Amino acid sequence: MKTKQLSLFLENLPGHLHNVCKALADANINILTLSMADTQQFGILRLIVKDADKAKAVLEDAGCVVDLTEVVATEVADHPGGLADILEVIRKAELNVEYMYAFTFRRGDKAILVFRFNNPDAAVAALEAAGVAVIDDVEIYGRAE
Amino acid sequence: MTATTKEAITSFHPASAPDYLPVPPLRDLQLSRLRAIVSRAYERVDLYRGRMEEANVTPPDLRSLEDIRKLPFTVKSDLRDTYPFGLFASPLRDVVRVHASSGTTGKPIVVAYTKEDIAVWTNAMVRSFACCGVHEGDIIQNAYGYGLFTGGLGAHYGAEALGATVIPISGGNTDRQITLLKDFAVTVICCTPSYFLHLTERALEMGVDIRSLPLRAGVFGAEPWSQNMRQRIEETTGIKAYDIYGLSEIVGPGVANECLHQCGPHVFEDYFYPEIIDPDTLQPLPDGQEGELVLTTLAKHAMPMIRYRTRDITSLSAEPCPCGRTLRRIMRIGRRSDDMFIIRGVNVFPSQVEAVLLAVKGTLPHYQIVLTREKNLDKMQVRVEVSAELSGDRVKGLEALRARISDAITTGLGIHADVRLVEPQTIPRSEGKAKRVIDQRQI
Repeated sequence: MKTKQLSLFLENLPGHLHNVCKALADANINILTLSMADTQQFGILRLIVKDADKAKAVLEDAGCVVDLTEVVATEVADHPGGLADILEVIRKAELNVEYMYAFTFRRGDKAILVFRFNNPDAAVAALEAAGVAVIDDVEIYGRAE
Repeated sequence: MTATTKEAITSFHPASAPDYLPVPPLRDLQLSRLRAIVSRAYERVDLYRGRMEEANVTPPDLRSLEDIRKLPFTVKSDLRDTYPFGLFASPLRDVVRVHASSGTTGKPIVVAYTKEDIAVWTNAMVRSFACCGVHEGDIIQNAYGYGLFTGGLGAHYGAEALGATVIPISGGNTDRQITLLKDFAVTVICCTPSYFLHLTERALEMGVDIRSLPLRAGVFGAEPWSQNMRQRIEETTGIKAYDIYGLSEIVGPGVANECLHQCGPHVFEDYFYPEIIDPDTLQPLPDGQEGELVLTTLAKHAMPMIRYRTRDITSLSAEPCPCGRTLRRIMRIGRRSDDMFIIRGVNVFPSQVEAVLLAVKGTLPHYQIVLTREKNLDKMQVRVEVSAELSGDRVKGLEALRARISDAITTGLGIHADVRLVEPQTIPRSEGKAKRVIDQRQI
């Protein structure tokens, strides 16, 4: 029930993000969603793509250091309090959200959010127990097409 | 002397008498002192006796000064390998002071002084000051660091013995340095030349014109500098800038000092015997030819240094100096025969940075040290390539890594480094080995 995320270390310099996107474009790999964490000196680019292993190989060929991480994608009701309800589940399970970001597409009246938890397996269990839909890779890739 | 001319008084100091010895008696004095010190080292220090036995040479084999070439060299790692007291030729109860400086890796280099050695060092510093016209009655602001570093206490003892008034301010605290410079009517300052330039700039910002102060001379050392830098200092501040040379292993500051003619530091040869060798073949080179400076202490008891390889590349000049001193002079030191660099007066070897990186991560990442000079202060940047082991998806992990490396460098080397994490393969490799130090400082 977890989704693979690629993380790349990038120096905070002009052209560096472009190089990564160009390498993926040349290999005909579409980015489903992404998030960028930046500091003054460097950034970490997090990507979700359809074929994570192929993308990893492409990026490594391009000289990047790529880290594969498991993240959790869930449906969130797209109305006030939708996210708060999910975070309530996480708080009760005493889990921590390291970071999160959203998919650009929706499913019906639901948004899809990506969470990086300190303990992904415990988070999936807690969310499912609370009736929150956790979405797997297959479904995400299906939605993206 | 009037306040406006800032002309130095060129009075003769009695301690300077050996500076003017005719060459033949100077060489006789050197030989007799050399024989005594080599005997002492042979009798009391295992390392020296072992090396000399290996080289099949005994103290009586020293029949002329040229015979010094039969003696084995001593190198920095010998001090590390015998850490802490292995090279002492005096029992610890006779040692009244130890100093320490950074070695090539984690452990410091220890040096020792008996009461007599402190007197010799003090005398060498008195002669250094006298050499460049500093005299009794001068007010000397000593901005060399006090402590394990030899600079502070070395200059301090010499300045006091000279009869000057010493302000033992030590390094740093630039604003206070400028205030005292002004309020105490300081006439001579001792520090690294780059720090003095920094001080000059700060003074300008504070609205203090160094030209209007009684400050007359600077005794600058502990790092290499250039004729250009001297010109800049003298033109912007109106003081005279003199070069002092020394190193802890030999004694500290006061091995050599420039005279009023500023044509290279005169080596106090009756205490420190200089040679120039080819750093590759280790063969002696004649005066005037460039090579590595090798020094032998002729008057130190606690820790004699026999043919110590300084790694400083220079040449010796025996050309007569207008000051009348018969002491040979060393020329500007532009480079070294090893990879050591000096930053803010602190000696640093890339291997020390390497040891820190290894300790922090367990593996050695590709790294590069970039030295720059901003506002006349040296900056050290350490670029570390991120690898699969060092990477991750969380910013805090990388920030923590950066902070750990930075803290470990500060603790281990005693200087601040700006640690930068860089992308893989961005540090250029040449023939499979990266160039470790990029020095962009305009010295």
